[in-house]
Amino acid sequence: MSSYPDTVAGIATALANGEFSSVEITRHYLAKIAEFDGLLNSYITICDDRALHDAKMADERRARGEAGPVTGVPYAHKDIFCTKGIRTSCASRMLDNFIAPYDATVSERLNDAGMVLLGKTNMDEFAMGSSNESSYYGPVLNPWKTSAVPGGSSGGSAAAVAARIAPCATATDTGGSIRQPAALCGVSGLKPTYGRVSRYGMIAFASSLDQGGPIATTAEDLALMMNVMATFDAKDSTSIDHPMADHTDSLTKSIKGLRCGVPKQFFNNSLDPDVAKTTRAAISELERLGAICSEIDIPSIELAIPAYYVISSAECSSNLSRYDGVRFGYRCENPIDLEDMYERSRSEGLGSETKRRILIGTYALSSGYYDAYYAKAQQIRRLIRDSFTTALESVDVIVGPTSPSVAFELGQKTDDPVSMYLSDIYTTAVNLAGLPAVSVPAGFVDGLPVGLQVIGNDFEESTLLQVAHQYQNVTDWHTRKPPLGG
Amino acid sequence: MAIVDDEVRQIAHLARIKIDDNEIPGYAEQLSKILDFVTQMNAVDTDGIEPLAHPLEVAAHNRADVVLERDMRESFQSNAPQIENSLYLVPKVIE
Repeated sequence: MSSYPDTVAGIATALANGEFSSVEITRHYLAKIAEFDGLLNSYITICDDRALHDAKMADERRARGEAGPVTGVPYAHKDIFCTKGIRTSCASRMLDNFIAPYDATVSERLNDAGMVLLGKTNMDEFAMGSSNESSYYGPVLNPWKTSAVPGGSSGGSAAAVAARIAPCATATDTGGSIRQPAALCGVSGLKPTYGRVSRYGMIAFASSLDQGGPIATTAEDLALMMNVMATFDAKDSTSIDHPMADHTDSLTKSIKGLRCGVPKQFFNNSLDPDVAKTTRAAISELERLGAICSEIDIPSIELAIPAYYVISSAECSSNLSRYDGVRFGYRCENPIDLEDMYERSRSEGLGSETKRRILIGTYALSSGYYDAYYAKAQQIRRLIRDSFTTALESVDVIVGPTSPSVAFELGQKTDDPVSMYLSDIYTTAVNLAGLPAVSVPAGFVDGLPVGLQVIGNDFEESTLLQVAHQYQNVTDWHTRKPPLGG
Repeated sequence: MAIVDDEVRQIAHLARIKIDDNEIPGYAEQLSKILDFVTQMNAVDTDGIEPLAHPLEVAAHNRADVVLERDMRESFQSNAPQIENSLYLVPKVIE
């Protein structure tokens, strides 16, 4: 075939119609990865043999009449999800040699659906970062401009989907790590409600904030991915058992009469004026579709980033204490005693941003400081959650920018952690509140993509995907392809 | 809130991370900046507000106490830096 569809829905339909086989489309993507990823660096591990094997199995399953909606569709998997028998590195030297002995629940569900694993995507080390520059395997480039960052931490997943070297990808979002790279790479990304997607086998960064979700080019594809990824899981003690509809059901419904709140705090001094203009234009488009937009107030939201960095760093210091060089992961050469082995294994196996966060978290949790930092941050977390709850009593969704600027240059913020943290000014509050949010392409500034963020109430993923799909019906930003890619 | 060099050494020890002496001042400066930034939290009065641990305030659920996994010792130990007779080896801890 001369040209293949590049969406999950398009590939699924073509496979169902017998236009090509899963083996054929998988070969096509593997060839594109070989052609473009040398420069882009969006994959850490490419799973050629496994992909072709899975594709063959998917074709056989289809021949038996047992194919599901996405059987045979290839995907890229963030290297934070454990994949049995395949290196799962979390982009850290610490886990460079770690072969996962079991599958994450998300991996298992994608396998069971018959999706084909192309490879494991690059990311910030342990998902800590907003630019993908903290990866042990080197930075991912932005396919729209190779001197710019793709965002992070799911930078590899977003860049691979943008460059069309994967039709869709998994990702995780602790403070914006699905939405911000999706925005900076011009693709769509959904962070589900906390507890919706199982964290079992998803390497932990900050357990009360981490949430897996999909990145794809369209809202429809996000819905198809969510139907596979989301589930109640007894193996994840914070998984929530809540009824779930087919995420594609609501897509075609009109958003006429939908109440959209626009927080005045989102259009502050931090926001690039051109990004503000582009976001306002996207909101006007929603109004043309019949949405009723009004300005709202979300007090306390400006405290989200400080509270987020205390809570996430504290949980990170606790979670990452497991990397001690004893049972798995990196161990230093010739330790003189146990203490030396712990300290040097961690020092040599972890990157500088990860170590900085462990130190901050250790400090915040240490005797005498707990109340001033961790307890205080959790009190602010409640204020933020309450602010959103109140706002969502009078509106159905909240809309605004995803990121304060378009993609910044590589190296621009690496020496100044605080300026890097501010990249997540519009996303971290949503994680603190546990709410779902989607980012969709909404235009360009200086040739670089801008994302529109839509935030909803608990378990309202379908409403967010409906808004995103209706918006994509009348805009073509999501169909624009970057210069780098196939 | 300034973090001094000795505090960095103490925190690094608590976190079991070795930091070379020449890196200490850099960490002290960056950690101080981050702490300065997070003290913005003090601008809001939170007296009497209950800390929020789980965003949806749902209690963790328990599952039935039944074995779901087979013995995976061999595959777990294939990731170990050093094993002998199925035991994980570490430097000597008792003289």
